[in-house]
Amino acid sequence: MSPSASPPDGLIARIGKIFRTTAFKLSLAYLVLFAVLASLGLGYVAWNARRVLDDQIVSTIDAEINGLSEQYTAGGLRRLIAVVERRAGEPGASLYLVTTPAGEHIVGNVSRLPADILARPGQYESFYGRGSEADSSGHSAIMRVFNLAGGFRLVVGRDTEERDRLRAAIGNTFGSSLALVVLLGVLGGWFVASRVLKRVDDMTETTRTIMAGDLDGRLRVGGAGDELDRLAQNLNLMLERIGELMRGMKEVSDNIAHDLKTPLTRLRNRADEALRTAETPEALRAAMEGVIEDSDGLIRVFNALLTIARLEAGNAPESVSRFDAGAVAREVAELYEPLAEDRGLSLTVDIEPDLILDGNRELVGQAIANRLDNAIKYGARSAPSDPQAITVAAARADGKIRLTVADRGPGIPEAERDRVLDRFVRLDAARTRPGFGLGLSLVAAVARLHGGSLDLADNAPGLAVTLSLPARAA
Amino acid sequence: MRLLIIEDDREAAAYLVKAFREAGHAVDHAGDGLDGYALAREGDYDVLIVDRMLPRLDGLSLVRSLREQAIATPVLILSALGQVDDRVKGLRAGGDDYLPKPYAFSELLARTEVLARRRTAATGQSEATAYRVGDLELDRLSHRVTRAGREIVLQPREFRLLEYLMRHAGQVVTRTMLLEHVWDYHFDPQTNVIDVHVSRLRAKIDRGFEHPMIQTVRGAGYVIRPDEPQLS
Repeated sequence: MSPSASPPDGLIARIGKIFRTTAFKLSLAYLVLFAVLASLGLGYVAWNARRVLDDQIVSTIDAEINGLSEQYTAGGLRRLIAVVERRAGEPGASLYLVTTPAGEHIVGNVSRLPADILARPGQYESFYGRGSEADSSGHSAIMRVFNLAGGFRLVVGRDTEERDRLRAAIGNTFGSSLALVVLLGVLGGWFVASRVLKRVDDMTETTRTIMAGDLDGRLRVGGAGDELDRLAQNLNLMLERIGELMRGMKEVSDNIAHDLKTPLTRLRNRADEALRTAETPEALRAAMEGVIEDSDGLIRVFNALLTIARLEAGNAPESVSRFDAGAVAREVAELYEPLAEDRGLSLTVDIEPDLILDGNRELVGQAIANRLDNAIKYGARSAPSDPQAITVAAARADGKIRLTVADRGPGIPEAERDRVLDRFVRLDAARTRPGFGLGLSLVAAVARLHGGSLDLADNAPGLAVTLSLPARAA
Repeated sequence: MRLLIIEDDREAAAYLVKAFREAGHAVDHAGDGLDGYALAREGDYDVLIVDRMLPRLDGLSLVRSLREQAIATPVLILSALGQVDDRVKGLRAGGDDYLPKPYAFSELLARTEVLARRRTAATGQSEATAYRVGDLELDRLSHRVTRAGREIVLQPREFRLLEYLMRHAGQVVTRTMLLEHVWDYHFDPQTNVIDVHVSRLRAKIDRGFEHPMIQTVRGAGYVIRPDEPQLS
C-alpha cells in the first residue's frame, strides 16, 4: 500500500478488517439467528391474530344467520325482508342483502356484488359496494350466500375493514421490530467488534514494539477482569520473566566479558612478553609457569560457572546422602582456619550435635567453603585494632538446620543484599580484589537445590549469611 | 607407564598423547569407544583415560563392560558433561578417578601417575603400615612421625596430609587431590587454603633441616622427596 493512502482507503481497510474479525462474524451469526427467531415468533402471533379475528367475524355472521333463519321460518320471506330492512338501516359492519332469483336488489345495505358470488351459495371473501355510496370498490367483506325458496337469495356478511386495520397494525409492528432488531444487532456487533478489535490491535502494537527490542513495554490491562485482561496479564507476567532472564543473561555476559577478559589479557600479555624479551631458558620457563597459573585460574572460573549452571538447571542430584551438617561445617571451618589465622582473623565454631539432613554433602560443604572464603576475603576491617572474628554456627530451628557464617567486615548495605546473590556481582568496593563474584550465587543455588533458603543479615558490624536447609524429618 | 587414551576429539587427543610422551610415558590412542574397548582388553595398560562421550560406545558403558570382563586396569574418566552427579555416575560405573573438563594437564598427569602407582602397589602387597621417605618416617598404627629420629607432633589432619604425600612420595599431588583425599571434598578450593595447610606441615617437617622435603611444583602441586636440592 502506498504511504499516501487516502482516508477512504483507510476506512475501507478498517471496515474490511472489522468484517474479518471473529467478533464481527460471531455477532453477525447471532444477528441472523435472532432475526429468524424473531420473524418466526412475530409471524406466528400475526397469523394467530388473523385467525382469531376471522373466526370472530364468521361466528358473528353465524349468529346473524341463526336469527334471520328463525324469522324466515316463522314469517316467511316477507318477515325476513322486513327484518333485513330494519337491520340494514342500523349502523355497523354487518351486511345484508335479499335479491330476486334474477339477482335484483330487494332489500339490504349492499348495493353491488360480483355477479358470480350470487350464482352459488357458500362463503366468500370479496369486494362489495355499500348502500348509498357512490364509490363502491373500497370495501371488503366476508359473506355467506343462501338460496331461499323460490330462487330468492339471502346474503349475510360482515365488513372486514376493522380486521384489515388490525392486521396492518400487526404487520407494521412486525416489520419495525425486525428492523430494530437488525439495526441493534448490527450496531452492537460493530461496537463489540471494534472495541475488541481495538484492544487486540493495541496488544498487537505493543507486542510489536516489544519484539523490536523494547522489553520494558507492557500490555495495557483494562481492569474489567475479562479474558483479554487475563491474557494481557499473563503476557505481562511472561514478559516480566523474559525480562528477568534477559537481564540475567546480559549481566552474566557483561561480567564474563569483564571478569574473563582481564585474566585472558594478562595471560596473553605474559606469553607475548616472554616471547619478545625472555633470553634465557630460565626466564622463558618462569614466564610459561606464570601462563599456566593464569590458565588454571581461568579453568577455575569456568568450573565454578559450570557448577552453578548445573545447580540452577535444578535437577535433584542422585548423590543424596544422609549426613551431619554440623560435622561438615566443622570440617570446612577447620579447612579454612589456618588461612583465616594467617590473615589475622580468628575463627570460632559453635555447632550443635546431630544436625542430620538428607542432601548433597559435597555441595553443602562447598557452599560453606565459598562463604568462608568470602568472609576471609572481605571480612578484614580497615582498622586492625578492631576485634576481627569469623563465627561458624550450626543450629536447629523450626525443622530447619541453620548454617551461619558471620564476619565483622564492612558488611553489605541492605539494598544490595539481593543483588550480591547474582552471578558475577561484586559490589564496586570489591572489584579491585581478587575473586569472581561467583561465591554467594553458588551458595544460593545450593540452597535452592535443597529446598532451603539463604538469608543475608546485618551482623552489626559485618555480614551474617545463613543457609537454612530442611532437616531430616525426625 | 603405558597409557591408553580413548578420546574422539582429535586435537585434544593429539595434545594429550604428545604431553604424556614428553612426560616419559608410552601412549596409545583410540578414536572411538569400540576401538578403545578392543585395545583395552588386549593391551597391557597401566591406566586408561576415557572420555565420557564417545562415538559407537560411550565411556561409561565401556568401563562397565571392562569391569564385567574382570579387567581391573585403573580408569580415569574425563567429562565435559554438565551434571552434578557426573562424578558419582563415573565412579559407580567402575571408574577409579574422574576429572571434569576443562582441566589442567598437570592435574591429569598427577592423577594418572597416582593411579598407575596404585596399580603396581596393589599387585605387590597390601597397603603399608608405615612409610619412609629419606629420614622421615610415618607409622600409621601408632600415629607417630619422626625425622632423623626426632619426633614430630602433628594435628590429626596434618598427619593425614603427610600420610597422603608420603604414600605418593616422588609423585606430584595437586591441591584438588589433597582436598579429595585428606578432607574428602571434591570442590575446587578457591584460595590458597591447601597451601596454608601444607606450609604449616612443612614448617613442622622441614624446620631445622637443610633441605626441605615437601616441595612446591609450580602450576601443579606438591611433591615429597628425600633430601634433594629443591627445584627452582
